[in-house]
Amino acid sequence: MNIVITMIRLAIRALLAYKVRSLLTMLGIIIGIGSVIVMISVGRGANESIQKQIQSLGANMLMIFSGSSQSGGVRGGFGSAPTLTIRDAQAIEKECPSTLNVTYVLGASTQLVAGKKNWGTRSWGTTANYNLVRDWQVKDGEFITEQHFRSAAGVAVLGSSVAENLFEPGEQAVGQQIRIKNVPFRVIGIMQTRGRTPSGQDNDDTVLVPYTTMSRKLVGDRLPGLVHFIMVSAQSQALVETLKQEVEELLRQRHKILPGMTDDFTVRTLDEYANMAGKTTNTMTMLLTAVAAISLLVGGIGIMNIMLVSVTERTREIGIRMAVGARSRDVLVQFLVEAMVISLIGGILGTVIGVATAIAISALAGWATIISLDSILLATLFSGAVGIFFGFYPARKASRLDPIEALRYE
Amino acid sequence: MDKPVISFKGAKKIYPMAGESVEALRGVDVDIYPGEFLAIMGPSGSGKSTLMHIAGLLDSLTEGKYLFDGEDVSFISRDKQADIRNRKIGFIFQSFNLLARCSAQENVELPMLYRRPAESNLHEKSMEALRTVGMENRASHLPAQLSGGQQQRVAIARALINSPTLIMADEPTGNLDTKTGKEIMNTLASLHEEGITIIIVTHDHEVGQATRRRIFLRDGLIERDERQAQSSGLTSP
Ligand SMILES: Nc1ncnc2c1ncn2[C@@H]1O[C@H](COP(=O)(O)OP(=O)(O)O)[C@@H](O)[C@H]1O
Ligand SMILES: [Mg+2]
Repeated sequence: MNIVITMIRLAIRALLAYKVRSLLTMLGIIIGIGSVIVMISVGRGANESIQKQIQSLGANMLMIFSGSSQSGGVRGGFGSAPTLTIRDAQAIEKECPSTLNVTYVLGASTQLVAGKKNWGTRSWGTTANYNLVRDWQVKDGEFITEQHFRSAAGVAVLGSSVAENLFEPGEQAVGQQIRIKNVPFRVIGIMQTRGRTPSGQDNDDTVLVPYTTMSRKLVGDRLPGLVHFIMVSAQSQALVETLKQEVEELLRQRHKILPGMTDDFTVRTLDEYANMAGKTTNTMTMLLTAVAAISLLVGGIGIMNIMLVSVTERTREIGIRMAVGARSRDVLVQFLVEAMVISLIGGILGTVIGVATAIAISALAGWATIISLDSILLATLFSGAVGIFFGFYPARKASRLDPIEALRYE
Repeated sequence: MDKPVISFKGAKKIYPMAGESVEALRGVDVDIYPGEFLAIMGPSGSGKSTLMHIAGLLDSLTEGKYLFDGEDVSFISRDKQADIRNRKIGFIFQSFNLLARCSAQENVELPMLYRRPAESNLHEKSMEALRTVGMENRASHLPAQLSGGQQQRVAIARALINSPTLIMADEPTGNLDTKTGKEIMNTLASLHEEGITIIIVTHDHEVGQATRRRIFLRDGLIERDERQAQSSGLTSP
């Protein structure tokens, strides 16, 4: 015990004797560990905000769209001709026992006019329980009702971005008349603000009208009974996967898809979206980690270099220690401890700088960053390991010196 | 009669060199007994330092036999050599060989750090050793803040710290003025009075006169082995 404490004290003394040199030696480690900390915290922050955005799509929700997942991709529904119908949605509601609510949407690009203001966005025709499935309420006015649906009423619910673009701040939007594709609509509600989707689209840049109105007045019955998306919520989180299977089975039956044929629809759970987004951020994290690893490698080589210089400079000291009874291993450990102290101090400085940078990034750039204890511990352990790894060769060289030659060294 | 603490039989040391190898010891037979105060003398290049390094287990023989404290140490591992040096041998060098960044007291404690099993009362023991050589009020000084004679006293305290059976000194007065050299020799003589075996390598005849036995080397062989009769408490054959 004595000897380890003494060695750490001696190592710190040796570092202090050459302050500038020690600092330069540590620089690689400081930068390496600092960037590891920044990268992990930015990566985790990004991941968590993406996961949050995905959960904001709806509670326990399934998305069903036209086209097979192989050919269609995430944005299906527009890429391929719609194959889903209102009847599919109604069948799901009736025949899939795990269903809680079902809604569907039919979209169209539309031009909106309110007074002298213009705004182009996609409008969606949907049902009265859309807000339940998406877990998304109005902040002003009311949502589309069964009554509006049945009578194909000319009513619209605006996303908050659309409302901002069509009306002056502070102006009462609910109750106003607007025109969608020149058809008059009355604004009956404004949705709560929801922010961006994982792919960066504005959730709030949207207009919702009754499906019946959409179908008859805006798309002109070009797509009778067809829908772009069906959204289904499960009765519980645990039933999401079961519901997915029930829906797939039912739709295959209804669309007459035999075993071996490709589905003409895709069912996605939010978990699948989350995983897809996770993959992207993982790639980013890996790339950044590679950068950090390279700077740690450079830092480690710097330590090896300085330790080799130090072993040569202190040949005589090594001879003295051996003469008074230090075994090879004692000398080895001494130089390993020194290399480790350098890289640990470098690691601690790097951690402090990394944490400060992460905080600065989230304050200045507004990115979400997560600083976690385990990433700090990991960085510290890692810097110690770098010291041991790169300190080993110089330390072994020191431990193998011949005592007499070492004592004779000038 | 005591057993010898050091016993060489046909000791040879050959330094392999490119071309012709150097035979530094060419068959040395010598026994050194506990409590002796002995000088190894001879001209430069005669093999004095080589003999001391091997006797002090800093180096190994090429040929022959070496018994230390009755144990055959001719071909033991480096770690065993280190342990014997640590517990039984104290070294004093011409150039003091103190660690420049460590205080006098820390230098004295150095051999204790490597002692197995470890000892706890480092500070008391090192202060006591410093007191023995009259350096107790310089304990926190760095070597650079001490005179040559003072540094050599610290080195003697370091040699004493693990209570060795043997102290080996290679030209201990070589870097000191005559007066200081005499003081160091007096210190060594008083340690000898206390029963410690002391071996001094020197080419200085005045230093040699202070000892009780002188071995003269020439070209790697013992030329002469002189004993002084009026020894006090000397147990030589
Ligand atoms: N490491 C070595 N390599 C080669 N030759 C050596 C070495 N050490 C000593 N010698 C040679 O061995 C002989 C004895 O040297 P040494 O023991 O140092 O003599 P002394 O101490 O009596 O002056 C000399 O000829 C010297 O040159
Ligand atoms: Mg010599």
